[in-house]
Amino acid sequence: MKKSNTAVQELPDAGAYMPTPPPAWKPRTDPAPLLPDTEPYRVLGTDAAGRLDAGLMRRLYAELVRGRRYNAQATALTKQGRLAVYPSSTGQEACEVAAALVLEDRDWLFPSYRDTLAAVARGLDPVQALTLLRGDWHTGYDPREQRIAPLCTPLATQLPHAVGLAHAARLKGDDVVALAMVGDGGTSEGDFHEALNFAAVWRAPVVFLVQNNGFAISVPLAKQTAAPSLAHKAVGYGMPGRLVDGNDAAAVHEVLGEAVERARRGGGPTLVEAVTYRIEAHTNADDATRYRGDAEVETWRAHDPIQLLERELTERGMLDDDGIREAREAAETMAADLRERMNADPVLDPMDLFAHVYAEKTSQLREQEALLRAELEAEGER
Amino acid sequence: MTTAASASAAGTALAAKPATMAQALGRALRDAMAEDPSVHVMGEDVGALGGVFRVTDGLVKEFGEDRCTDTPLAEAGILGTAVGMAMYGLRPVVEMQFDAFAYPAFEQLISHVARMRNRTRGGMPMPLVIRVPYGGGIGGVEHHSDSSEAYYMATPGLHVVTPSTVEDAYGLMRAAIASDDPVVFLEPKRLYWSKAAWSPDAPTAVEPIGRAVVRRSGRSATLITYGPSVPVCMEAAAAAEAEGWDLEVVDLRSLVPFDDETVAASVRRTGRAVVVHESTGFGGPGGEIAARVTERCFHHLEAPVLRVAGFDIPYPPPMLERHHLPGVDRVLDAVARLQWEADN
Repeated sequence: MKKSNTAVQELPDAGAYMPTPPPAWKPRTDPAPLLPDTEPYRVLGTDAAGRLDAGLMRRLYAELVRGRRYNAQATALTKQGRLAVYPSSTGQEACEVAAALVLEDRDWLFPSYRDTLAAVARGLDPVQALTLLRGDWHTGYDPREQRIAPLCTPLATQLPHAVGLAHAARLKGDDVVALAMVGDGGTSEGDFHEALNFAAVWRAPVVFLVQNNGFAISVPLAKQTAAPSLAHKAVGYGMPGRLVDGNDAAAVHEVLGEAVERARRGGGPTLVEAVTYRIEAHTNADDATRYRGDAEVETWRAHDPIQLLERELTERGMLDDDGIREAREAAETMAADLRERMNADPVLDPMDLFAHVYAEKTSQLREQEALLRAELEAEGER
Repeated sequence: MTTAASASAAGTALAAKPATMAQALGRALRDAMAEDPSVHVMGEDVGALGGVFRVTDGLVKEFGEDRCTDTPLAEAGILGTAVGMAMYGLRPVVEMQFDAFAYPAFEQLISHVARMRNRTRGGMPMPLVIRVPYGGGIGGVEHHSDSSEAYYMATPGLHVVTPSTVEDAYGLMRAAIASDDPVVFLEPKRLYWSKAAWSPDAPTAVEPIGRAVVRRSGRSATLITYGPSVPVCMEAAAAAEAEGWDLEVVDLRSLVPFDDETVAASVRRTGRAVVVHESTGFGGPGGEIAARVTERCFHHLEAPVLRVAGFDIPYPPPMLERHHLPGVDRVLDAVARLQWEADN
C-alpha cells in the first residue's frame, strides 16, 4: 500500500485513551435501593404471618376458593362449546385476587386476556367478564363504570394505556392509581419497555404486576430473558423492582399494597414480579405435556396458593371448618349461577355491527347497514 | 410558494397577512387548547423546539409542560399513553414527527385506537388526533417522505383527513380535535410553507370532516386529488386551458369518510376522471377511488377512470424523487389519454 501524503491525525496512544465520560458525569440514581431481593418475598410460613389481619385474610381466602372454582367452571364451559377458549389462571389465583383487592374503587385495573379472574374479584359480573371468550361481544361491560380496561389480547399493549390513564388522573388532581397486569412473555414486547420508561419519566402512579408463570405458551422463561429476574428490569428505568412469591396471597397483597400506596403518594411506579406457575395449559387448546414434565407440575401443585393460605390461617386460628365450608359453598353458588346463565344462548343484534364504529355512521356504513337489514328481512320472510 | 387555491382566496380575506400552513395548524392547536383544558399536545420535540416543523411553536410557553409535553422518543409509547389519557377524558393531540416514524405506533393505532369505541360498544370513545407530517418533495432522506394514507384508510374506526390550503389546515384541525373519534391528520410537508392571506382573527369555517370541495369547476374532466397533489392539479388545470380542456379539481380533504356524493356529482357532470396522488398506485387510495367512481358513474363515463400516482417503489432517494412524484406533465398526459379514449 502506498503511503498517503495527507497528514493523518494522531490518535492518543492506547494507554491514554479512556472510554469514560468526563469527570462531571455521575449516575443520577443509586441503583441499589431499586434492586429486588434475591429471593421472592414470603409471608406465609414465616414470622411475618403473625401480624396478618384476620378479616382481610379470610376475604382473600374466600376469593381464592371462588377463583379456583371459577377457573374450573370456565374450563368446563369450553368443553361444552359455550366458550371459544379459556386461558385458565389456576395456580395463579393469589396474584389475580390480590391485584383486585389492593385497589380502591376509584383506581383502575388493566388486565391481560388471562386476568378475567382479577376482573371478577374486583366485582365484575362473571358473565360480563366472559363475553370476549364466548364470542358475543369483545367487551361485555362499560370500562368506565367498572374502572376495568377491556381484557387485552395483544401482549403488553395495555401497559402504556395504564400509564397514560394514571398520568391523566394525576394531571386532573385525582389520586387514582392504575394497576397493569402482564405475563412473563409480555415483558419481551416493546410496549412493556415503552410503558415502563414513560411511567418512570413521568412518575406516573402505576403498578406493573408481572405474573411470571414460567411459560409463554410453550417457551420457558430461560428462553425469554437473560435478566437475573424480571423484577431486575425495573432498575434500568429508574423504578424499584420487587420480587414476590406469587402463590403467597398475603405476600402478594402486601407488596402490591405498598406499591399502590407509594404510587398514590406521588412516589412513582413500581415493577412487581410475582413468581408463580400455570398449572393448566396455556389455554384449553394447548398440550402442555409437549414442553414440560409431570414432576415439575407436581412440585408446583405442592406449593398451591389455596393450601398455603388455608394451612397458615387454620394453624393460627384465623380460619375454622365453618369458614372453609362457607367459602366452598359460596364458590359453588357462583359456579351454579355462572353455568346456568352461560347455558342460555345470547341474543345478538346483527345491526350492532355498525352501531359503534364511529360516533356517526359514514355514508359508506349506512349503505352497508341497509344491505344487511335487507338481507335480514329476506331471511325473516323465508 | 403560493397555492393557486389560496391565491384566489387572497382577494376576499381583507387585511390578512400571509400565513403559512404550519402557522395555521399551530394556531388551530393553540385555539383549541385555550378553549378546552382537556386538549393536550404531546410528542417528541413539541415543547421547547416547537416541533421540527415549528407547528407547536409557543404552546409550551402558553400552556406549560403538562399540556404541551415533550415525551420520550417512542412512538408506540406516545400513542399508547395517549390512549390511556383519552380513557380518562382528555383529548390528546400527538405528533409523529415524520410519516415513517409512525410505523412503531401502528399496533396501538390499529389494535386499540381504531377499535376501542367498537370494542366497548361506545363506552370508551377515543377522541384523539394523530398528526402525521407526510409525503415527499422536500428532499428528505429515507423514511422522511412516505405517503402512508392507504394503511390508515384500510383501518375501520379511523378518520383520515389532509388539508391542501392554509385555511383548511386551520378548519380541519379544529374539526379533528373536536371529533369524538380518532383522526389521523396527514399534514403535507411540502405545503407547510405555502402561504395564503389568512388571518387567525378572521372567522374561519370549521369544516365538518367528510366533505370534499370543488377547488376549480370545469366541464371536460375531473381531477380527484388531495393534500400535496392539489396544487399540482390546479397548475395542471391552468395549463390545460391552452389545450381547450376545462378541468374540474375536487379536493377530497377527507379520505375517510369518503365524500362519494361530491365526487360522483362532479364526474357525472364531466364524464371523465383522473385520480392524482403521490402514494403508490398499486393497492393505493386511487384504486379504491376509481372503483367507487366507476360503480356510481359507469353510464356517465366517456373513458376509464385513470390514476396518476407515485411509482410502485419504496420512496426514492431525494435526488430522484422528482421522477417519482406525479407532476403537472404526468397529469396532463393522463388527461390527454382521456381524450384519446373518448375519440376512439
